[in-house]
Amino acid sequence: MAKKEKEISFNLVSRHKLDELTSSEKLQFILKEVKKGKILVLERGLTPFEQANLIENTMKEIEEDTFIGVEMEGLGEDKPSFFQKLFGHSRKPRVTLIGPANLLKTIRKDNDMIQTKIIPGRGAN
Amino acid sequence: MGLFGKVSLASILQRIFGKKHAKIGIYGPPNVGKTTLANRILRDWTGDIMGSVSEVPHETRRAKWKKNVKVENGSSSLLMDIVDTPGVATKVDYKEFMNTWGLTKDEAKRRAKEATEGVIESIKWLEDIDGVLLVMDSTQDPFTQVNVTILGNLEARNLPVLIAANKIDMEESSPATLKSAFPQHPVIPISALTGYNSDNLYTTMVNHFSKKRKKKRR
Repeated sequence: MAKKEKEISFNLVSRHKLDELTSSEKLQFILKEVKKGKILVLERGLTPFEQANLIENTMKEIEEDTFIGVEMEGLGEDKPSFFQKLFGHSRKPRVTLIGPANLLKTIRKDNDMIQTKIIPGRGAN
Repeated sequence: MGLFGKVSLASILQRIFGKKHAKIGIYGPPNVGKTTLANRILRDWTGDIMGSVSEVPHETRRAKWKKNVKVENGSSSLLMDIVDTPGVATKVDYKEFMNTWGLTKDEAKRRAKEATEGVIESIKWLEDIDGVLLVMDSTQDPFTQVNVTILGNLEARNLPVLIAANKIDMEESSPATLKSAFPQHPVIPISALTGYNSDNLYTTMVNHFSKKRKKKRR
């Protein structure tokens, strides 16, 4: 009998779901899911401050043999138009991919495309 | 001798409109040459050095700083507190230190633990600086999440950033790629190791970090 491959969860998280959460709740949710081995695609990504906080929280959560950190890649922010700026609209982060660093590896990224590979068994696990 | 004696018009204008003293953080991912650049700057302007360098990533695991480094550009100058920060990363794997760099298990685990603390310290320093010298390895893809996160934070705070496209002494370097990736910021190709183009870097540092800006708080 062939050995059953370990399944990898790949979750798309809607903008609506993310908008319902505070920054702190959002980061807790992401890190909790990623530590379980899930790969998340956020329809609306993180602000630069949230990204920095996520890196900081990730460093606090690193465990030698079970969690080595995250792989995170997002497409650049949408730039608000002149009129949006005039009415106080801030820059909105675009789609972001986040997963456990032992699983997800970025191959290439530019302003419009993120290429990744999922490599089970990579890194600490 | 003119109306202002030996004091040049440029230095008077700088006193009125610009900064005279700035706290500048040297930031970037691990192994891009941050401490090599900090050592270069200090050696050129103070005769001192900042810290040890190594091929093994995360050699700098605590922020180090040197106060009152006076960098001159003709008649104008800028007094800087230079902060050499630990490399920012989204992952730290102690096994990489063992398998790639030959560290013992204990050394690797200790280095990894200290590296995670260093990343946290670097991020905290972002709250307390006036400008950033962001060091990138010009032989590598510049679109890394660490570069994007650091730049995004600086832009949101309206802090000046100067990109040092390091390692241009290496054959595969491509500073033009960095320039086209981040056209909104000045990019200076340098070799921190050989000192190539460091005069251009110093000129740009004095001009760029002297500019008066309204710092945004979070």
